[in-house]
Amino acid sequence: MTKNTDQPAAVKNTAVSIAGWPIQQVFRLLEYPFSKIQRGVGIQGMPWIFLLPNLIFFGIFVIIPLFINFAFSFTGGTELFLSNRVYTGTEQYRFLLDCKTFGDPITCREDRFWKGLYNTFIFVFFQVSFLVLFSLITALILNREIRGRGFFRAVFFFPVLLSPVVVALIWKWILLRDGILNAFLVSIGMDKILFFVSPEWAMFWAVFVSIWAHMGFYTLILLAGLQAIQPDLYEAAEMDGTSKERVFWRITLPLLWPNLLVVVVLALIKGVQVFDEVFVLTGGGPGTATQFIVQYIYNTGFTEQVQNFGLASAASIVLGVILFVLTMLQLAVTRARDNG
Amino acid sequence: MLNFKRLLATTSVLATLGATSALAETELRMMWYNDGSESEVMQSIIDRFEAKNPDISVVIDVVPYKSIMESLPIQLAAGAGPDLARVTDLGGLSKYYMDLTPHISDSAYWEASFGPFLDWLAPDSDRISGFMTQLTVTGPYVNKTFFEQAGVAMPGDGATWDEWAAAANDVADKLDIPIPMAWDRSGHRVSGPAIAMGAKMFNADGEPALVDDGLKEMAQRLYDWHQDGTMTKELWGSVSGSSYLGANEDFANGQVVMYMSGSWQIGQFSGTIGDAFDWWAVPAPCGAAACTGMPGGAALVAMKDTKHPEEVGKLMDFLAQEENLAEFYGKNLFIPGHLKLATGGVDFATDDARAKHALSTFAGAVPKISPTAFDLQGYPNNRIMFNALISRLNEAIVGELTLEQAYVRMEEDVAKQLAAKAVD
Repeated sequence: MTKNTDQPAAVKNTAVSIAGWPIQQVFRLLEYPFSKIQRGVGIQGMPWIFLLPNLIFFGIFVIIPLFINFAFSFTGGTELFLSNRVYTGTEQYRFLLDCKTFGDPITCREDRFWKGLYNTFIFVFFQVSFLVLFSLITALILNREIRGRGFFRAVFFFPVLLSPVVVALIWKWILLRDGILNAFLVSIGMDKILFFVSPEWAMFWAVFVSIWAHMGFYTLILLAGLQAIQPDLYEAAEMDGTSKERVFWRITLPLLWPNLLVVVVLALIKGVQVFDEVFVLTGGGPGTATQFIVQYIYNTGFTEQVQNFGLASAASIVLGVILFVLTMLQLAVTRARDNG
Repeated sequence: MLNFKRLLATTSVLATLGATSALAETELRMMWYNDGSESEVMQSIIDRFEAKNPDISVVIDVVPYKSIMESLPIQLAAGAGPDLARVTDLGGLSKYYMDLTPHISDSAYWEASFGPFLDWLAPDSDRISGFMTQLTVTGPYVNKTFFEQAGVAMPGDGATWDEWAAAANDVADKLDIPIPMAWDRSGHRVSGPAIAMGAKMFNADGEPALVDDGLKEMAQRLYDWHQDGTMTKELWGSVSGSSYLGANEDFANGQVVMYMSGSWQIGQFSGTIGDAFDWWAVPAPCGAAACTGMPGGAALVAMKDTKHPEEVGKLMDFLAQEENLAEFYGKNLFIPGHLKLATGGVDFATDDARAKHALSTFAGAVPKISPTAFDLQGYPNNRIMFNALISRLNEAIVGELTLEQAYVRMEEDVAKQLAAKAVD
């Protein structure tokens, strides 16, 4: 008996040792240079050595462009290379922020920037609110013992795997004058609705499609949070005869709070950066009804005959400041909660 | 000894392979967009060039039109553009063009063949930078079958825009067609009718002056037509900024009675519509000042950052030969941008009576084009004016601005962009 049970284990060990051999050799090769490096930088410095490759990429593709972008925002003209551009000081910022009444974009010199900003806030308000709400409801349902749970989890996550352009095109085909939805409306005796001609409908569908596309990701985060809650707590509550509503408000929601905070902050940041889906879906129209701040930056920097990189950079710095404030807000809320 | 022989044989094979690949030692890249399938015709001409010049290979990079408008300028500014490109912003990109004069065999031929169009490509100099792959004229198409079915007489030569709009509405009402009239969403397309209404586009000093009574006449009509259903907001109103949108598919699908576009659609309509209905090009409708469309077109230009100016010159010399251009224009059903070929030297490769009629209609419209329209087309910053016109007019049409506010914004937008350019 002993022999029978030991044999597979021995085979397994041999297999592991054969598979592990190349890895061991790689580690042996690395042993010498890393020992040298550790002697040089000390044990405290080693994490930085391991982070270095990532930091280099981050520096090249994020930090350096950030500084270049900042420098661009103080220049004017159409030249691409910074060294050829003319320093204009804060002219671009003054131009962007020149408004008679900040509440009314038409009174601003660069009205489209402010329109984009207001549209972004409206979008973020509705998109984030409903995204979090629907993600939470879906996570709560998928956390229960329902038939086909695995299938439904996959179904809700599937849109996340799609490219934003594909998502937008699918919905565009559904919503066009001769799309599936209008065909359905006509089949039940209703008139066609030109969804992309009405500002309200266009904004509604921009929010809806964005929620549809991203909900699966946030649902997954919340589902992970729900599954991390100890079942004992629910059992104890049940034994005490606590109502389901009270269990939700007093156990589920407080323990899910860290995940909810992550979801809100991520959705907020992603919402402010909205561009690709809506750009393909509505083109920013009708008029400027769904033109958001990132599209304004894109149009200013790339689609006009005079590609105003300076103004586009200044607008992107303003967007960066908004995102920075949102992140700080998240940190403040997290710290306040951690401190009791 | 056997090993030595094997080594010798292997070396010979490798040397032959190396020599073969070394034949095409210069690669030229041509950025190209298609209205139809003209890259295929260009490729067949290039194949002949490569056969005659085995040391040069030419790669046609077919990209969306949007890339020509948005990505190409960035690539050129970064010094990383292609050797050649097919462009429509003829004067706007002229600072990146190469002067082909030292590299072509007979500059007199180029000047005689492409004379006035060379100025579009080099507004401030006598450079020769390329040739027109097509000359275009804007103008409307109508669904003649609809007119016949509805029993409505088509307005004749010299009819006004108002008369055409009324007739298109009449047909749409009788046959229940969803869109009586559609225009491409393009400032270039609006400019012709605006000039017909009396728009001057420039002031006495030759500086851009977009908004005047003539432009307001046209803008007011476009606004009204969108409000009364003559035009659908779905095309103009459904996107923002200066984005281009065409109604060619709606027209081809029998959803539109009258479609304002231009001569470049002929090849496409001949293929997609065929004989499904009579698509008919009609002369540019009139306004108070003229009956004019806008000239325009696309040009193949050489870029100054090319590392192979000699080879580019050789290629351009070959492509610009009369017989090659005759083939290119003829197979693609393009109005020739070559002066000699324009006077009847092209055998258009079609038996389609509609296409032939459209070609003769648009070619016949060229002499009637207003000088203002030519000036506007030759103005290097014309896209600034087109974009301001289309984007602000659109905001008025969807109700975000009044027309008066839109006019003020149009002028501000033009001034802002010109000021940004003047900083350099």
